[in-house]
Amino acid sequence: MDRVAGEAGDFTVTLLRKPRYVLEEKCTGCTTCVEYCPALCPDAFNQGLSQSKAIHIHYAQAIPLIAYIDDSCLYLKERKCRICEAVCKNRAIDFRQKPETLAVNVGAVILAPGFEPYDPRESGRYGYGRLANVVTSMDFERLMCATGPTEGEIRRPSDGRPPRRIAWVQCVGSRRVTPGENRYCSAVCCTYTQKQVILTKDHDPEAACTIFHNDVRSFGKDFERFCERAARLPDVRFIRSYVSIVGETAGSNVVVRYATASEGVREEEFDLVVLSVGMKPPAEAARLAERFGIALDPSGFCRVDPAHPLQTSRPGVFVSGAFAGPMDIPESVFAASGAGARCGELLSRRRGRLARERVFPPEKDVAAEEPRVGVFVCHCGANIGRVVDVPATVEYARGLPHVVYAQEQLFSCATNCAKEITAIAREKGLNRLVVAACSPRTLEPLFRDTLREAGLNPYFFEMANIREHCSWVHSLEKDAATRKARDIVRMSVARASRLEPLKEFTLPVHKAALVLGGGVAGMTCALSIAAQGHLVHLVERGEDLGGLARRLHTSLDGMDIPARVRDLAERVYANPRIRVYTRARVVSAEGYIGNFLTRIASDRGESEIRHGATVIATGADLYRPAEYRYGQDGRVLTLLELEEAIARGEERVLGAGRTVMIQCVGCRNAERTYCSRICCSAAVKNARRLKELNPAMDVCILYRDMMTYGFREEAYREAAERGVRFIRFEPERPPRVEAVAEGGASVLRVVVDDPVLGRTLAMDAGVLALAAAVVPAADAPEIAGLFKVALGPDGFFKEAHVKLRPVEFATDGVFLCGQAHYPKHLPETIKQAYGAAGRVAALLANDTVVASGAVCEVLERRCIGCGSCIAACTYGAIRISETKAGPKAAVNPVLCKGDGLCNAKCPTGAIVLKHFTDEELASQIDAAADAAASETLNRKAG
Amino acid sequence: MCSGRVDLAHVIRAFENGMDGVYLGGCRLNECNYITHGNYDALAMVLLARRILQHIGLHPERLRIEFMSSADGMLFAEGVNDFVRTVKALGPLGRAEGLAPGEVAARLAEVRKLVPWIKLAKRDKLAARLTDPAGREGHFTAEEVAALFREVPAYYIDPQKCQACRICAGRCPVEAIDGGKQRVHVIDQERCIKCGTCLAVCPERFQAVTCFVGVPPPPPPAEDRRTPVRRKKAAAAP
Repeated sequence: MDRVAGEAGDFTVTLLRKPRYVLEEKCTGCTTCVEYCPALCPDAFNQGLSQSKAIHIHYAQAIPLIAYIDDSCLYLKERKCRICEAVCKNRAIDFRQKPETLAVNVGAVILAPGFEPYDPRESGRYGYGRLANVVTSMDFERLMCATGPTEGEIRRPSDGRPPRRIAWVQCVGSRRVTPGENRYCSAVCCTYTQKQVILTKDHDPEAACTIFHNDVRSFGKDFERFCERAARLPDVRFIRSYVSIVGETAGSNVVVRYATASEGVREEEFDLVVLSVGMKPPAEAARLAERFGIALDPSGFCRVDPAHPLQTSRPGVFVSGAFAGPMDIPESVFAASGAGARCGELLSRRRGRLARERVFPPEKDVAAEEPRVGVFVCHCGANIGRVVDVPATVEYARGLPHVVYAQEQLFSCATNCAKEITAIAREKGLNRLVVAACSPRTLEPLFRDTLREAGLNPYFFEMANIREHCSWVHSLEKDAATRKARDIVRMSVARASRLEPLKEFTLPVHKAALVLGGGVAGMTCALSIAAQGHLVHLVERGEDLGGLARRLHTSLDGMDIPARVRDLAERVYANPRIRVYTRARVVSAEGYIGNFLTRIASDRGESEIRHGATVIATGADLYRPAEYRYGQDGRVLTLLELEEAIARGEERVLGAGRTVMIQCVGCRNAERTYCSRICCSAAVKNARRLKELNPAMDVCILYRDMMTYGFREEAYREAAERGVRFIRFEPERPPRVEAVAEGGASVLRVVVDDPVLGRTLAMDAGVLALAAAVVPAADAPEIAGLFKVALGPDGFFKEAHVKLRPVEFATDGVFLCGQAHYPKHLPETIKQAYGAAGRVAALLANDTVVASGAVCEVLERRCIGCGSCIAACTYGAIRISETKAGPKAAVNPVLCKGDGLCNAKCPTGAIVLKHFTDEELASQIDAAADAAASETLNRKAG
Repeated sequence: MCSGRVDLAHVIRAFENGMDGVYLGGCRLNECNYITHGNYDALAMVLLARRILQHIGLHPERLRIEFMSSADGMLFAEGVNDFVRTVKALGPLGRAEGLAPGEVAARLAEVRKLVPWIKLAKRDKLAARLTDPAGREGHFTAEEVAALFREVPAYYIDPQKCQACRICAGRCPVEAIDGGKQRVHVIDQERCIKCGTCLAVCPERFQAVTCFVGVPPPPPPAEDRRTPVRRKKAAAAP
């Protein structure tokens, strides 16, 4: 990025593009050039642990999967070599490329440059770079990875031996005030370390794993369970201690010094030490900030207002991901969708103007024709061709039943080859196509379009994977690989001959959204959807909008919450596209993506709402403690009640000589195996406030692990500096609270065993505040049932995929945000609400949605109405209805996901998964066996 | 399609085709990217199929299921190599078990015909989500499968009672019931899948269908003796 001019809605961004020296439209990613390239260089993607070549693909899953040439190229340096040019059969190398300057006109900008892992050399304290067997967690990640330098075998750098004793050191570069390190918590390291431990034990069950940690910050959804899973593994130790790296032994083992309460200072040897490094702002942050004219915060990350966490200081420039501060993948993903929603708000009136529709010729009806199969066998450059005898495979294919045409191709996926397939299909009157090449995962959609171009139904296509399933895994057995390629092709031809044309059907989309829940999540989401041009029905169970946030007053990051909630509610009420229903209840919900019908009873009476998308933002409840004399003694409050009392200026609270807070009340226990995420910050916030209002007050926080992750760490440190006392307790020995009569008055006494001092402390509290857990909303199971979505083991709503689809449900058209998903801070809730709005807008922007043709259908004649299929369907897609011929199942194809479980359970073969019918699959099984038969014959003959 | 789509019939078909072993790969348990978790269905099917193989005298090790993600290439390779070694050690299907080729084919064909009945009889257990590895091996027992085969029902239409109403013939999912308007209906035992629909739908007042378990049903009446014995309306009333 060179420079940016203009303003929100109309920017001109000047980009400088370095030459790739490879023509993107010609390169197929076959990597033959990489093999022949003589210029070795350290592989940056593998942390320099292995060698790469001057021409290479960044990594195995890179998109686009295209090679590029870097500075270590001999030709670029010394005008020699050009071997890659000679070996590229597709003529994709182009050394004439020059740097290009391009100006792009855009309405909005999203900054997502990510973060940089902390380099332990910056502090010089950990021996990294000096001791061979001290690696960073990023190095270790590559060492574990199947595509890494050791192909997934964990070997230590000094001698390539598999390490048996491995230590992880947490908080490297994070949570420290020492020079060269960062003060904030990097938020992700505790959990990624647990992941590495679990994977290490998977690789080598004998490995002994030790984690030296400070607080274990398992504050994310399902993190606590994950942490317990790691801790339960044999030979895994979690040791709460700072460590220093002493040095190495003659055998290059690393000596680590640490201290525990029970054993004092110790030294221990490890085969390998992994430094769990934190996050740093990206190297280019300062330059980016200067060019864009945006503000950075003191740690060098992008500055954001907590109330507008996706917005930089420059209008029209948004931010997503860890550039705005340490965050994990799920949060990055929903923040990205949210940043998209913010752009959508700005640009929605221009939505679709640049879109072009692809027009295909009309589809021919070939139902009456005999199968005429065409087979195209791909060389994939040398990937397939040098192992599998491609010409022989083509010849073999020609002799298979129904095959009327076969040929080889250099790269079937290249544009010219795809065109050739279309042309030949027309010329030869082919009605089924088999491409024998690579995995259908990436290229099946492309070839289906190739069929459409030829006027054929796209389901008349079958891909035979002779690369991943054959040439790549049998590269040393060429004859056997060629035989296997024939088998695969024969099976594909058999199946192709039985394929049926399927219709993908389009459903109209009703361009309105239903948002359930009028808290900060629901209101933010509703406003964003409305700003993108769609009608929103906002349904709130309470009397007014605002949700739990109405009870909050301040936040650690300085947000004026009451003002923010008021502002949101006013904007919601004033928005002509938002209809608010208060004191509302969902009576019934039916329908599917694009076409939901929900009945609501509310202050407006009974309403029937048609909507294309549903957002569940129903929030969470608070646990009502049964412990620590709550409800029996007026001096015992919850943290939220304490916050309200402070806001009201109650003297009994502000004038107390001592306030004690107890964390983790009602969660992180056997009943609720999760951390409520927000309470530690709330405790610090209230402690800080009490100290401000009454500096003489003694404030004690009794905690297990302080979950002040990210920039909240600074507030934690500051509170400690101001004299707030933090006393840790072990879960096995929680604090005890009793009312003691002393000097004629009742004293509230808190007793706690301090594991650090090894002593039992007793303190009399004027006020005791309990960090009561955030619990799933009472109506969550009912809502989940109505909208056919799932709840997780803790009772919160379960997203479709933790990382890949964090605001969606497995049920299409239903989305999720806020505390209904999991407890979270307001900025996170706001980001997730925008994230959900982004997904909703992406759906509602279309006039129609397309449903797959590969779904189930019922052959009524064969159905006996036994209901086996219904029990097998997790999507509620099958219903039984009474007909003249008895009860019969029927599939709603829109709800069907095409898993086919019903088909396998049906006793009569009445329910059929189209495109994977018994007949189609059986033809493949029979064709596979044909070879077995012919091989037996060969063996006998031999 | 999901691994849970793999049908017991597909497995039997592979063996009928002379395959010496069948290997199923599914996603890792509990890591379904949807809410389907169909790999548990595949697991239950495999456990049952292994017991069936055992029951008909074939080595259950000829069928294996393993769970892996797309990143578990090594696991897959090791799993398949190990499976191939196991099957090679067993030797060709049937020969290793001391069965004549014709005998193997006959037994497998018998199982194939019973697949619909097996699915119905074991419907709940086939849908079980066996999260606890300890409970998997005993989920289906050899005795249970033996009983399953012992207790295969046969349905029979009593020519004395059948009124040729055509209801059962119309509702039979596999068109195994032969019978015109004026002809006593007859079940083709070869085609019958033992779903019991005929028994369920035969009108209460006729009660012409009987279920035989453990004993063969009587032979059907000869072609020329299929005139229905009409019930007298008066006789119906006491």
